[in-house]
Amino acid sequence: MTRGTHPPKEGVGGRIMETVKEKKAVAKEQKSIRISGAEAIIHCLLAEGVDLLYGYPGGAIMPVYDELYKFQDKLTHILTRHEQGATHAAQGYARVSGKVGVAMATSGPGATNLVTGLADAQIDSTPMVCITGQVPRHLLGSDAFQETDIIGISTPVTKWNHQITKASEIPEVMAKAFFIAKSGRPGPVLIDITKNAQFEEIDFVYEKCSGVRSYNPVPKPNMGSIEAAAELINNAKKPYIVWGQGVILGEAEEELKALIEKAGIPAAWTIMGESAIPTSHPLNVGMVGMHGNYGPNILTNECDLLLAIGMRFDDRVTGSLDTYAKQAKVVHFEIDPAEINKNVTADIAVLGNSKETLKLLLPLVNKNSHETWHNKFKEKYKVEFDTVIKNDIHPTKEGLTMGEVIEEINLASKNKAVIVTDVGQHQMIACRYAKFEDSKSNITSGGLGTMGFALPAAIGAKMGAMDREVVAIIGDGGYQMTIQELGVIFQHQIPVKIVVLNNDHLGMVRQWQELFFESRYASTVMVNPDFVKIAEGYHIESKRVSERKDLKATVQEMIASDKPYFLEVKVEKEDNVFPMIPSGASVSDIRLK
Amino acid sequence: MEKQWFTISVYSENNVGLLNRISGIFLKRHINIESLNVSKSEIENVSKFTIVINATEDWTRKIVGQIEKQIEVIKAFYHTDDETIYQESALFKIASGLLFDERQIQNIIKDSNSQIVTVSRDFFVLAKSGRRHEIDEMHKLLEPFGIMQFVRSGRIAVTKSEMQITALLEEFQEQ
Repeated sequence: MTRGTHPPKEGVGGRIMETVKEKKAVAKEQKSIRISGAEAIIHCLLAEGVDLLYGYPGGAIMPVYDELYKFQDKLTHILTRHEQGATHAAQGYARVSGKVGVAMATSGPGATNLVTGLADAQIDSTPMVCITGQVPRHLLGSDAFQETDIIGISTPVTKWNHQITKASEIPEVMAKAFFIAKSGRPGPVLIDITKNAQFEEIDFVYEKCSGVRSYNPVPKPNMGSIEAAAELINNAKKPYIVWGQGVILGEAEEELKALIEKAGIPAAWTIMGESAIPTSHPLNVGMVGMHGNYGPNILTNECDLLLAIGMRFDDRVTGSLDTYAKQAKVVHFEIDPAEINKNVTADIAVLGNSKETLKLLLPLVNKNSHETWHNKFKEKYKVEFDTVIKNDIHPTKEGLTMGEVIEEINLASKNKAVIVTDVGQHQMIACRYAKFEDSKSNITSGGLGTMGFALPAAIGAKMGAMDREVVAIIGDGGYQMTIQELGVIFQHQIPVKIVVLNNDHLGMVRQWQELFFESRYASTVMVNPDFVKIAEGYHIESKRVSERKDLKATVQEMIASDKPYFLEVKVEKEDNVFPMIPSGASVSDIRLK
Repeated sequence: MEKQWFTISVYSENNVGLLNRISGIFLKRHINIESLNVSKSEIENVSKFTIVINATEDWTRKIVGQIEKQIEVIKAFYHTDDETIYQESALFKIASGLLFDERQIQNIIKDSNSQIVTVSRDFFVLAKSGRRHEIDEMHKLLEPFGIMQFVRSGRIAVTKSEMQITALLEEFQEQ
């Protein structure tokens, strides 16, 4: 019987089985198609499940853009107004969706404009694939028009990069790029493709990458170290968890929750880990680090066991390492072996994916409550509430505070929004006071501290989670670094909510100048344009709030809107963010004022 | 922690950009690469970098961790001088006339266990393999007579203990 002529089997099940068999047969035979390198790139993206990418065309990438034109029903390309915007949008998309974000640019300046986003994705472990055009192979090294050594430039800020000079390399290299970006500790990959390789024809066959022989993405968990960790947990009187983004990347939220609930361990988060466990969870004690909560910082130096889960002891978290948790045993749960003993020496290292290791750990830990120890966090919270928090979110002074704006957003969005922040005072305030119920909801530039991140990242976040409310909270400084991306929001009517907390200063630098440079405000006073008019220029509904009486209703109106919305809030010009651990000081020396 | 000499051995895929990636890791921590050699290794299609640095063990360990993390690196090790058998090679180009006029030169050749690689009408070339101080010593002895050209290679080293790369590769491949 020839194929296709036999009658389909009875019943739905039979039909499904038939389709599966056929699909398998197709996969096995994998008939090749004769296409250009540029078209091959599109087929690679489609095979990796990409349906959305951000980018900016130019000479050396034009053949690929020509194919994007032909494939626009399957693959949406968003033209950002600057290549940096494309990378941050891809990052925002990746961070809310857990998928790989894709950005594309031309050679030379197009490629160099990706560097900040690559560095941001590298330090914050965000899966991203960037594709750049390159001058034709025969011109490489000749200082050709728009030639730049983007492989050399991007090497320190990528997990992997590769230059393709022959079309035949495209399928394998692209498959490897996606595998490397997403697997293990995720990160950015840059693929540079010479123009001749985009024009050349190949017999295209795609096979997904399932491994690279020199690369071990996830170390196998060692049961011995997990047992040793369990023993320390079971014997500890004052155990304490600090978790980071590794919990979110490893999708270990449920496992972490089960652990803290079973063993009764107070748990704090780094800003990259925020939202993995709901803010309202009684054992979620808050934020660590320079502007973190009082208890979580100060009690780091009182715990007898510190469980660091998917975090890397960044200096903004630890302060002075010489005085950081010296009294405690340290257990480090980590996927990247290079992080072990890098900053803080671990008594026990538990290597592996956090979901897997926590699952293995859970049955070995005893039920416990550690009530007295937990009460210490509550006591410290009370101190912090009375001296700092109360005045931040329920101020009695005339000027508006950033904290009360965040609180209104919490109320209006019922703690369900994705909050995307930029860098500076507003970021610290948002991380401190935003409330979350769902994971993957706090999108910020953590490690690199990239001003200009939030607006494009919010575009990506919204497109990665269309059913969710996305609110970008940005300072007046950072907003102007990527303000041009309002064009994308306008063109595609992306319903993100943009809140600029305007204090007419580069607030965080100004705060440091006030505290450590005798109030010499060198280049931190901003002379700002009319932000509302700018948003109006892009036909985005916009409002400005300067008085407390208008705040609640306007925030509610913004959240209720199903369109893009811009809100400028004129906040107190010279407010400071407290608590604060001065740079290089100990977590014990956290200042409340 | 005190600085000392470490020999770092990196087993990797043969990749164009990898040297750049590895040297960047040293650059970031401001550590000078004292010597670098790249060659094939005992395993087919696997390259070996031999890098010598002067640093504390703590930093060396962290650097090796960062190197090992690179996608194309199979495994990286570090060893002290005591744990390795190591050598460097040097070439000395000297005017041929000296070979006949200066008796002392013939003694230096004999005593230093070096070889004459080639002799031409104008010059001859001496090759010497050994420890750095042996080569330095020979250089000092020959210098007064005039050295036309001198070059010394990076360190090459094998370790006294085993470096189980084949097993590692098999383990990776099974995954």
